[in-house]
Amino acid sequence: MAKEKQTAAVIRQECIATDIYSMWIETSIADVSHPGQFISVYPKDRSKLLPRPISICETAPGRLRIVYRIAGSGTAEFAGYKSGDPIEILGPLGNGFPLDGQDALLIGGGIGIPPMLSLAKALPGKKTVVAGYKSELFLTEDFAGHADLWIATEDGSSGTKGTVLNAIRENHLTGSVIYACGPMPMLKAVKEYAIEQGIPAWISLEERMACGVGACLGCVVKTTGKDEHSNVNNARICKDGPVFDAKEVDLT
Amino acid sequence: MNTQVCIAGIPFKNPVMTASGTFGSGMEYEEFVDLNRLGAVVTKGVSNVPWPGNPTPRVAETYGGMLNAIGLQNPGIDLFIKRDLAFLKKYDTRVIVNVCGKSVEEYLEVVEKLSDQDVDLLEINVSCPNVKEGAIAFGQDVKALSAITKAVKEKAKQPVIMKLSPNVTDIKELAKAAEASGADAVSLINTITGMKIDIRKRCFALANKTGGLSGPAIKPVAVRMVYEAAHAVKIPVIGMGGIATAEDAIEFIMAGATAVAVGAMNFHDPYTTIKVIEGIEAFMREEKITDLESIRGCVN
Ligand SMILES: Cc1cc2nc3c(=O)[nH]c(=O)nc-3n(C[C@H](O)[C@H](O)[C@H](O)COP(=O)(O)OP(=O)(O)OC[C@H]3O[C@@H](n4cnc5c(N)ncnc54)[C@H](O)[C@@H]3O)c2cc1C
Ligand SMILES: Cc1cc2nc3c(=O)[nH]c(=O)nc-3n(C[C@H](O)[C@H](O)[C@H](O)COP(=O)(O)O)c2cc1C
Ligand code: FES
Repeated sequence: MAKEKQTAAVIRQECIATDIYSMWIETSIADVSHPGQFISVYPKDRSKLLPRPISICETAPGRLRIVYRIAGSGTAEFAGYKSGDPIEILGPLGNGFPLDGQDALLIGGGIGIPPMLSLAKALPGKKTVVAGYKSELFLTEDFAGHADLWIATEDGSSGTKGTVLNAIRENHLTGSVIYACGPMPMLKAVKEYAIEQGIPAWISLEERMACGVGACLGCVVKTTGKDEHSNVNNARICKDGPVFDAKEVDLT
Repeated sequence: MNTQVCIAGIPFKNPVMTASGTFGSGMEYEEFVDLNRLGAVVTKGVSNVPWPGNPTPRVAETYGGMLNAIGLQNPGIDLFIKRDLAFLKKYDTRVIVNVCGKSVEEYLEVVEKLSDQDVDLLEINVSCPNVKEGAIAFGQDVKALSAITKAVKEKAKQPVIMKLSPNVTDIKELAKAAEASGADAVSLINTITGMKIDIRKRCFALANKTGGLSGPAIKPVAVRMVYEAAHAVKIPVIGMGGIATAEDAIEFIMAGATAVAVGAMNFHDPYTTIKVIEGIEAFMREEKITDLESIRGCVN
């Protein structure tokens, strides 16, 4: 199916941690999406022109789940939606994660954890998830039965005190391929770690977006080689990504 | 009912085009929009060699609009011809290529490479606020605009639209200068230079500091400028700036525009162009208008 903008319906929504919401949406987009892809969510407030890109956290037939943090007035509007409310979405967008990894190490930081859930459910073989939080945990039970879960918290209230990298080293976690999504400092550290260990790494990036479909060139990331589409060293995160081979993007 | 319009002797099936830079070359939107239904596809600015554009963040939302400072990233004319123009050939729509450059010579190189291509018109972008050299400098000064218009007209094999900047004191003078120098049409408005500050991070929202404002927020300014330009020149005016609905488009036509373009609203709703086309037809039926020509510039 082609991408589509549609008015879908909220099935249910709950607050799962401070300012973190989990929403199930009834939509046909669920059935054609792939782990690591995202949707554009459009605020109803017409003073807001641009869509909010939100990762697909998991899917079930005919519905998908997003987990997001209130970061501003657009996401604050979404947090007010109730069961049965309409929600304007477009998707599925982006490339998603390649699913051929065996013995995979999945690394999620903060609001980068949600896309790791659909990935953990889809990947074959052994999966180890390392989730990094400031303090308050969310989604931890959802990984049960799909992967071994290791936790890092900045304040040490659960799991390893420090970052996901601290948890990886402390517990000697490893894998034959890394998948990561999270804040830029974490992604930089993961990239360095992957190179040091000689493990291939797929990382999911974020950038301010306008169209979300690859037309406006708003959301580019520097690439190490010349990108085929742009003919310069820039790839579009919304279309060519958000998932990139860590070696192919310049995060400096 | 006749929605056909004519620019430089070329008929368009309807007056609705895409605004340069907001629709790529149509590839990313063909999943949403039947390109055959558009009056024209106006492509993203293209230069003689590939341009990398500005650092990110390149876009920021503002009340009823957005700022962009893409910096005219484009793959260069050679790949554009091979890939983008080849793609557009499949469709029964007019193709207007938006051309940018840092010097007159660079513009001319692109114009020349397009001379034997299947392109209906050229739109010369002398109004991009987001690149340091060239571009807008040609659009803010009567002498510079006249010189580049003449130079392009000498080389161009296709009719030439000069795309004007709203970042000027008197748009009438620039529209007249373009007409006097041989332009076949003018299009306006390009984006209005603006700025947004992130007060939590205490920094500019855009890496380029300033950017071009577009979207519904700029529509009244655009309608006013289209009105002024249309009354200053005899050549056709293509109007744009914040068009979201057929009603918006009709305002531009009543202000004097021969055709209109949909820009930033494509990002909000990829079906906007089609909705505008259908809405214009519905309006014509309701108001018993048989030819768009009868309402063009009807407010005086
Ligand atoms: C591919 C991708 C996937 C994402 N997945 C998730 C997710 O699963 N859960 C989640 O909580 N967040 C996710 N984000 C971040 C989310 O898009 C922003 O938090 C959200 O757009 C903020 O909107 P707002 O109106 O609340 O904030 P405001 O600050 O009011 O937004 C103003 C503008 O800035 C944009 N913006 C603000 N922050 C970001 C950001 N971090 N990234 C991109 N654009 C931003 C908004 O889209 C809007 O256009 C993702 C971002 C990207 C690019
Ligand atoms: C992301 C973006 C990129 C643009 N790129 C170009 C360009 O390459 N050449 C050009 O002449 N105008 C460019 N423009 C300006 C638009 O074509 C249009 O003139 C302007 O946005 C006003 O219309 P709107 O309010 O409908 O967007 C761009 C606008 C946006 C938002
Ligand atoms: S947001 Fe427009 S190209 Fe990615």
